[in-house]
Amino acid sequence: MSAPVSDVILRTDSVGRTFGKFVALKDVSAEFRRGALTSIIGPNGAGKSTYFNLLSGSLAPSSGKVTFEGQDVTGLPQHRFAHLGIAKSFQITNVFPQLSVRENVRIAAQALKTRFDIWRPRAGMAEFLDVADELLKTVGLWPRRFELASALAHGEQRALEIGMALASRPRLLLLDEPTAGMSPEETRTMMDLIVQLATERTIILVEHKMKLVMGICDRLLVLHHGELLAEGTPDEIRRNETVKRVYLGQREH
Amino acid sequence: MSAELATTRADLAPSSTGTRLLDLAERHRVLLAGLFLLVFPLVLPFHALAIVVLTYGLYALGFNLLFGYLGLLSFGHAALFGGGAYLCGIALVHAGVPWWLGILAGTLGGVLIAFLIGIIAIRTRGIYFAMVTLALAQCVYYLFYQAVDWTGGENGLRLPSLTTINVFGLQLNFVDSLTRYYVIAAFVFASLFILSRILASPFGAVIEGIRENEARARACGYDVSRSRLLAFVLSGGFCGLAGSLQAIHLAIVPVEMLGIETSGLAVMMCLLGGMGTFFGPFVGAAVFLVLENLVSVYTVHWQLVVGVVFIVCVLFFPRGIWGSILHWSRR
Ligand SMILES: Nc1ncnc2c1ncn2[C@@H]1O[C@H](COP(=O)(O)OP(=O)(O)OP(=O)(O)O)[C@@H](O)[C@H]1O
Ligand SMILES: [Mg+2]
Repeated sequence: MSAPVSDVILRTDSVGRTFGKFVALKDVSAEFRRGALTSIIGPNGAGKSTYFNLLSGSLAPSSGKVTFEGQDVTGLPQHRFAHLGIAKSFQITNVFPQLSVRENVRIAAQALKTRFDIWRPRAGMAEFLDVADELLKTVGLWPRRFELASALAHGEQRALEIGMALASRPRLLLLDEPTAGMSPEETRTMMDLIVQLATERTIILVEHKMKLVMGICDRLLVLHHGELLAEGTPDEIRRNETVKRVYLGQREH
Repeated sequence: MSAELATTRADLAPSSTGTRLLDLAERHRVLLAGLFLLVFPLVLPFHALAIVVLTYGLYALGFNLLFGYLGLLSFGHAALFGGGAYLCGIALVHAGVPWWLGILAGTLGGVLIAFLIGIIAIRTRGIYFAMVTLALAQCVYYLFYQAVDWTGGENGLRLPSLTTINVFGLQLNFVDSLTRYYVIAAFVFASLFILSRILASPFGAVIEGIRENEARARACGYDVSRSRLLAFVLSGGFCGLAGSLQAIHLAIVPVEMLGIETSGLAVMMCLLGGMGTFFGPFVGAAVFLVLENLVSVYTVHWQLVVGVVFIVCVLFFPRGIWGSILHWSRR
C-alpha cells in the first residue's frame, strides 16, 4: 500500500477557474504525495471547494492541467474519476436518501463492475453486499444498515458518504469539509476515522478550521483569494509570516 | 415516492405481519401478476375492456420505468406507443409479415424511436426534458401524419383483421375475445417478468440511485447520460410492444395514438395508480378505463368526471391508489 513518500500521485499545473468574470482560482500549481494526508486550508470563499472540484472532476478547469498518476485527467467527465481510482465526498451531504444505508454503499460498490447489467439479480451478488458490510463496519454504521439513509443524523450521513467513497477502492480519497456542521463530538469521531483511513491510502482533505487538521496532516496547502499562499509541513505553515497575517491572524488567534 | 425498491425492501428490517405479507407478495410479484392476468377477464367480463386495460397498462408500465424509477417526466411517450403501433401496422400491411413479426417490428420500432428521441432529450432535466420530449413527439406525429402512403394519414392505418393466428403450430381463433385476451396477456406477462428482472438487477439500483441523487451517482462512477438513455430505450421497448398489441387488437392505428393526449394519458394513469410501483400503472389504467366506460354510459361529459376523480386522487393520495395501499399497510 504505502509507496515512497516522494512519489507524486496527483499534480496540478497552474490550474485556474473563472465563473464569468470572477476569478475563483488562479494559477495553482501543486504536487500531492502518495500515501500522505494533505490538507487544503483557507478562509471561507478562498477557493478551496473550487480547487477540490477541479481535482475530483466535478468542474473542468478554465486553464491549466490536472495529472493523476502520470495521466492527464483535465476535463474528463466526472464518472471517469471513480474508474481511475479517485473518490470523493462532497461539502454538502450527498447520499441516496430514500434507499437503505446498506443499499447506498452497495450501489457504490457495484459501480465499477456491473454498469449496464439489466438481467442478473443483484440480490445474488454477494461480493457487493460483503463490501458494503465491511465498509459500514469501518465507518461505524453497520448497526444501522437497514434504515433509510434519510433517517441518519447529519454526522452519520457524512460517515455514510465516506463509506460510499471507499467502495470503489480508491487510491486517492478527496474529502471536502467532512466535519462541516458537526457537533464537537461528531467532529472528533470523524477526525479519528480520517486518521485511521489515512494509514492505508492517500487523502486530500479540505478544511477551513486550521486547528482541526494541524495535528493530523503531513502537508498543508493554504489558499487565499483563489491563490496558493503557502505550502509545507504543519510546522512550516505555523511559522509562515504571510499565513499568520492573512489567516491565523484574522480567524484563530 | 419510491415505494417498491426491490433489494432495499428486502433490506429493511422485518416488522408486522402485514408488511411481511406484502414483502412476500413483492418477492413473488410476477407470479402474482400471472394469477391476476388469468382471472382478470372473469372479474371484468367485458373482454374488450380487459384487453385495453392490459395494453394501456403496459404502456403506462413503460412510462413508469422512466418516470417512477428514474425520475424523468416525459411528455412524449405517445411517440413510442403510437410509433410502435404504426410500425407494427406497416409491417403487417405493407410487408405482409405474420402477426408475431409485426409485434416484433413494433417493439423494435419503439426501441428505435426511443433511442432517437433519447439521444437528444437525455441531456436535459426537469421541465426541459418534458418539453424536448413533447416537441420531438410532435415531430414524430407530423412525420407519420404526412407519410400518407404508408400510414393512411389522418384516416389512420387499417390492419388486416386477424381471424386466426398461428401460435407454435396451434391455430387460435383470434375473433374470440377471450382467446385474444389471453394471447395479449401472455405478452404482458412476459413484459412484467422482464421488468421485474430489470428492477432487481444492478441496473435497477442504478436508475433509482440516479433518481435519488444524480451527482452522487456520477461520483460513484456511473455514466448518468448513458444510463438514462438505456432506461429510455427499455421504456421504448415496453411502449412499442403495448402499441403493437393495441394495433392488432383494434385492427386500426388511429393517428391520435401519436397525439399529445396519448402522452398525457400515460402520465395520468401512472400518477393515478402510483408512480414507481410495480403494479401501479396497471391499477391506474384499470381505474381510468373502467371509470371512462362506466361514466360514459350515463353522460357525455365523462371526461369531466374522470378529471375530477383524477384531481381528487392527486390532491389526497399523492402516492396514487396502489402506492397509498402499499404505504398504509407498511406503517
Ligand atoms: N458555481 C459558481 N458560480 C459563481 N461563483 C462561484 C461558484 N462556485 C464558487 N464561486 C465563488 O468562488 C469563490 C470561491 O468559492 P469556493 O466554494 O471555492 O470557496 P471555499 O474556499 O470552498 O469556501 P467555504 O469555506 O465557504 O466552503 C467564492 O467567492 C464563491 O462565491
Ligand atoms: Mg467549500
